[in-house]
Amino acid sequence: MEALEKLGRYSLLLYRSLRSLGEVNTYKKNLVHELLKIGYESVPIVLLTGVFTGAVMTIQTAYQLDIAFIPISIIGAITSESLLIELAAVITSLVLAGKVGARIATELGTMRVSEQIDALESMGFNSVSFLVLPRVLAGLVMFPILYIFASVSGVIGGVVAGYLSGAVSPAEFMTGAREFFFPWDVTFGILKAFVFGFVITSVSCFKGYYASGGAEGVGNSTTQATVLSCIYVLLADFVLAAVFL
Amino acid sequence: MIEIRNLKKSFGSNLIWEDISFSIEGGETVAIIGRSGCGKSVLMKHLNALMYPDSGEVIIDGKNIFDLEYLELRKMRQRFGVLFQGSALFDSLNTFENIAFPLQYFSDLDQQSIKKKVEEALKMVNLEGTGDRSTAELSGGMRRRVALARATILQPDFLIYDEPTSGLDPQTSEEINQLIISMAENLSITSIVVTHDIHSVLKIADTVAFLEDKGLCWYGSIEKMQESNNQQLLDFVTASEYQIRR
Repeated sequence: MEALEKLGRYSLLLYRSLRSLGEVNTYKKNLVHELLKIGYESVPIVLLTGVFTGAVMTIQTAYQLDIAFIPISIIGAITSESLLIELAAVITSLVLAGKVGARIATELGTMRVSEQIDALESMGFNSVSFLVLPRVLAGLVMFPILYIFASVSGVIGGVVAGYLSGAVSPAEFMTGAREFFFPWDVTFGILKAFVFGFVITSVSCFKGYYASGGAEGVGNSTTQATVLSCIYVLLADFVLAAVFL
Repeated sequence: MIEIRNLKKSFGSNLIWEDISFSIEGGETVAIIGRSGCGKSVLMKHLNALMYPDSGEVIIDGKNIFDLEYLELRKMRQRFGVLFQGSALFDSLNTFENIAFPLQYFSDLDQQSIKKKVEEALKMVNLEGTGDRSTAELSGGMRRRVALARATILQPDFLIYDEPTSGLDPQTSEEINQLIISMAENLSITSIVVTHDIHSVLKIADTVAFLEDKGLCWYGSIEKMQESNNQQLLDFVTASEYQIRR
């Protein structure tokens, strides 16, 4: 029953966000701010995640394929394919669930318990349009871009790790990557990032917007936002794979 | 005029009030008093529909605010200024930006005019020259005054104060009381003050609404309060260090 009530409130929050899409003047300033916060400020951690994911993938693939009759370029194919279709989107999103999701839930939760959201509403503002909508929109825009950053840096990490470990030369790595490159993989990866961006920002906004109970309440909301975002990202990943692959 | 009719509110099984009805006349200052937990702040949040009751009405200009569509309600809310208990200043904005915030979104003023209005508001609350300070740097009393400047910047018809003097030293409380009086006199605002500070009530209020026993226990003018024999009211008022002079 409680879960149904929460689902109802979450749906209502999304509905109110959608309905306020036309109130551009209310959210445009916050949208720019959030695009920078979610996008620009996440680039370092996304690049780092991508590089190390690609590097580890390359070394582990080389280790598992240590068989004479398999062409060495297959390491590049497996690494780049795995990055594009799964790892760049999922691992980046799990990292961002902590960084972006926690920030959103904490910010909105603090605004809720310190009556700043009530203050906005009492001035005649649509607080959902002002606070929730720009964060969700920024997530929808920036997660696919960050996915591309993670994919490119992952391939670079794979090439460098292959070269440094002596497992595969850059030329062989790229030959394999090019040979097994399918544009659909990138489309699917972008679609995943788009969905994950929506899941993480909307769940975190929901948890923060309805936080209660002072500092402890904000802490609980932040924890729930992060944990639920991770769980829903993994669930969404499964559903997308089952539907589209 | 605000008319509160038969308001009933509960949180789950916890009944806050059974039936509250009274009217607030235009231009008067009403103090809503009562013990902690009697639902004063909850009542305050019903006056501009930040909370909804289980049943009952709040009538403003003949309209029940709980029946208004969201867009109409937002317009109605713009007629209210609210001073929240914790000031509710936006911590991402500095003092100037906090006060200018409603003007940026709800007025057609250019930046120069907004600057002038904010400086006037800062002067009104005796905070000239603090515009560029972060709100985190301000003391509790200064934060209340900034919040008051923000609440009145759009010249509302109604001003709601939630515990305006709680947690402040006597001198700063007195400054806030004087500001409430000058707001009511100079801006002709209808003021609703939620408080348990009897000293403050005696200074600022025209009318008093006393909440007790899950309802409105006593309602009347400040003069009548000082002559009242209502035992619960007397117990509440005399529990304070300030005695009613008879």
